[in-house]
Amino acid sequence: MSTSSLPSPAAAQAAAQAAAEDQRKMHVVVVGHVDHGKSTFVGRLLNDTDSLPNGKIEQVRKNCAAEGMEFEYAFLLDALIEEQEQNITIDTTRIFFRTQQRAYAIIDAPGHKEFLKNMVTGAASASAALLLIDAKEGVMDQSRRHAFLLSLLGVKQLVVLVNKMDLVQHSQETYEKIRTEYTAFLKSLGLTAVHFIPIAAKHGENIVNRSAKMAWWTGPTVTEALDTFKHEDDLTGLPLRLPVSDIYRFDHRRIVAGRVEAGAIRPGDDLIFQPGGRRSTVRTFEDWPGPESRSVVGTGGSASVTLSEQIFVERGQVASHPSNQPRVGREFRARIFWLGKEPLVPKKTYKLRLLTQNVEAVIARIEKITDASTLESIQADSVPRDSICEVVVRTTHPVAFDLHHECAITGRFALEEAGRIHGGGIILDAHKEQSAREGKVTAAERGARSGHAPAVLWFTGLSGSGKSTIAELVERRLFDAGRQVFRVDGDDLRTALNRDLGFSAADRAESVRRASAVAGLFANAGHISLVTLIAPLAADRAKARAALSNHAFIEVFVDAPLDVCEQRDVKGLYAKARRGEIAEFTGISSPYEAPESPEVHIRTDKLSTDQAVDLVLDALDKVMRSKAEDWEV
Amino acid sequence: MSRNAQNDHLTRLEQTSIHVFREAFANFRSVCMPWSMGKDSNVLIWLARKAFCGKIPFPLLHIDTTYEFPEMYEFREKAKAIHGIDLIVRVNEDAIRRGIGYATHDPVTVTHELKTVPFKAAIDEFKWDALVTGIRRDEDPTRAKERWFSPRSAEGVWDYKDQPPEFWGQFASVAPEGGHVRVQPLLEWTELDIWEYIRRENIPNPTLYFARDGKRFRSLGCHPITHPVDSPASNIDEVIEELKLTKVSERAGRAQDHVGRNSMQELRAKGFM
Repeated sequence: MSTSSLPSPAAAQAAAQAAAEDQRKMHVVVVGHVDHGKSTFVGRLLNDTDSLPNGKIEQVRKNCAAEGMEFEYAFLLDALIEEQEQNITIDTTRIFFRTQQRAYAIIDAPGHKEFLKNMVTGAASASAALLLIDAKEGVMDQSRRHAFLLSLLGVKQLVVLVNKMDLVQHSQETYEKIRTEYTAFLKSLGLTAVHFIPIAAKHGENIVNRSAKMAWWTGPTVTEALDTFKHEDDLTGLPLRLPVSDIYRFDHRRIVAGRVEAGAIRPGDDLIFQPGGRRSTVRTFEDWPGPESRSVVGTGGSASVTLSEQIFVERGQVASHPSNQPRVGREFRARIFWLGKEPLVPKKTYKLRLLTQNVEAVIARIEKITDASTLESIQADSVPRDSICEVVVRTTHPVAFDLHHECAITGRFALEEAGRIHGGGIILDAHKEQSAREGKVTAAERGARSGHAPAVLWFTGLSGSGKSTIAELVERRLFDAGRQVFRVDGDDLRTALNRDLGFSAADRAESVRRASAVAGLFANAGHISLVTLIAPLAADRAKARAALSNHAFIEVFVDAPLDVCEQRDVKGLYAKARRGEIAEFTGISSPYEAPESPEVHIRTDKLSTDQAVDLVLDALDKVMRSKAEDWEV
Repeated sequence: MSRNAQNDHLTRLEQTSIHVFREAFANFRSVCMPWSMGKDSNVLIWLARKAFCGKIPFPLLHIDTTYEFPEMYEFREKAKAIHGIDLIVRVNEDAIRRGIGYATHDPVTVTHELKTVPFKAAIDEFKWDALVTGIRRDEDPTRAKERWFSPRSAEGVWDYKDQPPEFWGQFASVAPEGGHVRVQPLLEWTELDIWEYIRRENIPNPTLYFARDGKRFRSLGCHPITHPVDSPASNIDEVIEELKLTKVSERAGRAQDHVGRNSMQELRAKGFM
């Protein structure tokens, strides 16, 4: 193993240049049709800007010679075995280099149609694009498709490189013909190329050095054009959009974590969390390592926020200032690019991911499908791979969003199926709910209005175990999160509906039957109903579960030892029972059959009330997610 | 260029990495962070503490090849205490009993046996569905093609021919059946960024990176196959100045990368990081 020498003061001038550079990298994607010379161009760019590691060229030349191949600049990049064998770039590659002005990350995106998803991945992270067109072959399918995708992905700075000018005798006429044709195409997409530069990548013409063979070209070289690109706009001046990534409770603090996607946030700011509409105020930023935290977090910054009020906040919600909120709705029109192997079909459920929101969604209607390479309309019931469409999207839960032209970052989303992203879209406008439908109101319509499936949470346990306390807090958290929720309380029922019933086994059975019927009515109306009832006998509870089997049913066993309940004795009932003033009192003079396999088992003597509430909400969340999967629109 | 603008560049990288950490923690059931104790790994620890407000809410894993430099074992204990790390250590005792070692075997075999094999065994044991790694796109051409969230099959294989699309901050959020997802918060960083950030934040690191007797390590691995480069850079400022000028690749001193034309590619397809 040889060791290598590092440079000495010889490059003092270069050091001065390096120090003067903008440290922030400009991300530039290189796109274009397969074989139009992207990898060769990037290899040459690295070589001509003196950005290659020592010995790299020699190593690649040696490998080529060993295998009897002619050296190509493209080999510098094509590091994966398959690429060398097939001679095409299959995935997006990132190469760092610098001009005298600043540092760049070049994203070399594949031009082959098979790899459009990789091109999208590369282009989405770029601030600017170089699009190569082969002067001899002219404008091809992927030349057009890539431009269409750039326009959807929001890459607005574009320079077109008319490559392989050496193969057309450096003809200005050929160059002008391509420029005229392609300018018209770009215009139809709302794009304008800053320059069309004639180059011959293989020979390094007009990349860093001007070409003597194209004296007619008076515009910039590629590196000159690159140095005029600007970084993307700072969105700090826009209204605040802080999507909640998580809630951290690692210690005594309850921290709302998220990244500011637009605008800025300060301690003392009033916030509203959508969907749900709960409000609170920023108390502190919990920056580590401290001791001081930032006084403001601007766009792109990660925020760790504690709030003045303990409101219910969850991942997915978007915090904004109350004076300038995102829209909240379940329907919008969108333009989508579809990359999935299977076509995008209406009525099928996909996951829609918008910032940290993740909801079920269907394509309610396809309005238009466009062939991205010809811009012609396609007539079809489904959207084939690698095409673009305009659709109406409907989600099962309300979503917070902006229109793409108002705020791009909150006005776009990805569509996922089976854990894999298959497409992306931008929101064109919010869609009005459809006009009234005829006939009987269905459960699905009620669900659509409440934005969630109904459910029954059945709290059972001894008197004084804490059923009502926990149920009330669960109700509060659900209500604040915008859910339709109602509590059916055993004590309340006894004052009206059940006032004819006593505490005999038969009366208890009837009481449970009536409570389950009431809970069922609320669930039918689209609510999450919370039943709190001692319901001491397993057989009675089994009947209730069976009667409510068409709804999600969660049995919550609120489990506290008898002596603990008796010690609490909030209502003074245990004392009375001990004195013999109440007959057949559960736990004292009447049995309590503990549930054998409740969905949630809460040991109130071991858990805090908050932990108990979280357990119940987690269980409900799981059930609701699985229910949402077969939820129809 | 003013110092502020430089900080800006590092702050941007830092904030993006924090976002990646947080998305991983929110998306996956069980996260683990392999820790090589090298500079990138130590920056990751720092970023994780920032992301989670001081406390790293998942374990770290050290695959001990038994060929670490002695100083690295000292550093491990020191860093563990400083950062309050929940550390899991694993050694492939079986391979050592079978006599696998640098004296008798080639670097690719040893790396596979002493790193990749126990690494896979730990994943099987703990059933992690996300592993946070410190790889950077500027290290090696194969790593240039990586994603922020990069799925690995149950066999640990990276299907670089069919990677999921990744755009607008939306990542592959589900691990393949029986597999896991590599989470790579440092993807956009360069070696120079790492050192400038270490200097700015004063992050603890092994002193092997600084020159003694005219040689220093730029990248640390097993001592029999990791060689120092000639360098007078004996402190962090000098290292940074040196990196601004160098054209020697960072992993030039790591023998296992250079055995065959595509040895790095072969190692990575087998599950090496």
